Amino acid sequence: MSEHIFEVKDFNLYYGNHHALKNINMSMKKNAITALIGPSGCGKSSFIKTLNRMNDLVDSAKYSGEIFYNGQNILNKDIDLCDLRTKIGMVFQRPNPFPMSIYDNIAYGPRLQGIKKKAILDEIVEQSLTSAAIFDEVKDRLKKSATSLSGGQQQRLCIARALAIKPDVLLMDEPTSALDPISTSKIEELALELKKDYSIIIVTHNMQQALRIADDTAFFLLGDLIECDNTDTIFTKPKNQKTKDYVTGRFG
Amino acid sequence: MKNSTYRNTYALFFKSLMLICMAFTLTCIIFMVVYIFINAIPHVSYDIIFSKPSYINDTIGILPDILNTVYLIFTSVIVVLPFGVGAAIYLNEYAKSKVLIKVIEYAIETLAGIPSIIYGLVGMLVFVQFFSLQTSILAGSLTLAIMNLPIIIRTTQESLKTVDVGYKEGSFALGAGKFYMIRTILIPSCSYGIINGCILSIGRMLGESAALLFTAGFAHTLHGYIDSLSSAGSSLTVALYVYAKEQGEFDVSFVIALILLIMSLVINVLATFLGNYISKK
Repeated sequence: MSEHIFEVKDFNLYYGNHHALKNINMSMKKNAITALIGPSGCGKSSFIKTLNRMNDLVDSAKYSGEIFYNGQNILNKDIDLCDLRTKIGMVFQRPNPFPMSIYDNIAYGPRLQGIKKKAILDEIVEQSLTSAAIFDEVKDRLKKSATSLSGGQQQRLCIARALAIKPDVLLMDEPTSALDPISTSKIEELALELKKDYSIIIVTHNMQQALRIADDTAFFLLGDLIECDNTDTIFTKPKNQKTKDYVTGRFG
Repeated sequence: MKNSTYRNTYALFFKSLMLICMAFTLTCIIFMVVYIFINAIPHVSYDIIFSKPSYINDTIGILPDILNTVYLIFTSVIVVLPFGVGAAIYLNEYAKSKVLIKVIEYAIETLAGIPSIIYGLVGMLVFVQFFSLQTSILAGSLTLAIMNLPIIIRTTQESLKTVDVGYKEGSFALGAGKFYMIRTILIPSCSYGIINGCILSIGRMLGESAALLFTAGFAHTLHGYIDSLSSAGSSLTVALYVYAKEQGEFDVSFVIALILLIMSLVINVLATFLGNYISKK
């Protein structure tokens, strides 16, 4: 097995006539954090949504090229999307806990896979909440509605929910952009903790965040992948002038 | 300064105008309710509500009509709910062709605007004659069900549209199939809207007479639920019409009107409680 979790080859994405991502070639390491940065509308969110085929929900989305996940091309027509998405979990920009209890939120995924025994579910719920560093805060109110939690807690709950189905990969689409600084730092700490067991791809607007947590960073601009390298290299001695201008704050 | 006086007067004028509109509406409603109460209360008795009419004793009782109304509403709701909610979910979640959706929605809109007597006529020709159901509660219920399909579809569609896209995405991202998502996320989140649609429909069913004249008939005989499906039976509204117009029994008609008022109030309150209970769960 290669050390890469994803290998992207000549990937193009179109929304109708709009060419959203142009000829992307990159690979992402296992058990590492890869950050995708770039100004708004550069295609980084579209790209991450392709990795678990959430873009299929957009009717006009079309793509070409290949994305290998553990050696399997996930853009194949006959791939089982439900199966794929249980291996590649996702956390969204806006915390989106379901309008049900905290317990039911976490148990949603396992129940979907047919786990019904309460003892097993209880254990999964506790494990997932503990991994997402929120168990102590909510252990006394597991039956309370998840929407009563604060934004930061909701986001960690969503991470716990994604972890409950034991994925390989965690995709995070600007997970902290709607959160305050303290919640943000908790999630960053959590991401660093989680990369021991999971491969993490994170889209972020915040360059400092990429610098703080990412092993590799990829810079997108207007649908092109400009540069992808070790985070330190991207921020200290980028090869491309555009990357340099962006990370030093000249635009974007 | 002058300008501000003008603006204040202007605001005051319209505020008063709205107040008058509101007072007028309220007066109408209160007048109707009070009028019904005044005319009905003296004639309300145990016998009239809890017995059936008898030609031998020359008494009038409206129990059969009350039961028929309940049977009609119950059967119609049971038929219209799955079809209406199913159609709404199909239109919002599955249908791909924009043109097809527009055409169907337009058809539903039109269906909602057709005078109810036309439903009665078609119900009579299709259910009563073609399907040989005879003039019966079942034929009446099916007619009412078709009449109320547009309401259920529209209200369900509206509440489906209000469900946060984030929930759907979250569910799909956990590997849920489309139907699992609909069952666990969409339907629970819009149950309140569906119940609201039901209240609207039930209100319309309570008030419906034209369509039922043709399809459910005028009989005042007592039946159990199952028997009633195959026999003719008059609903309260139809009975009100018959007693007032054909037998000149206005006292009875006012009692029926009172019962109808109370029924719609009870159904509203029950449905609100049910809605609150479900959305809490």
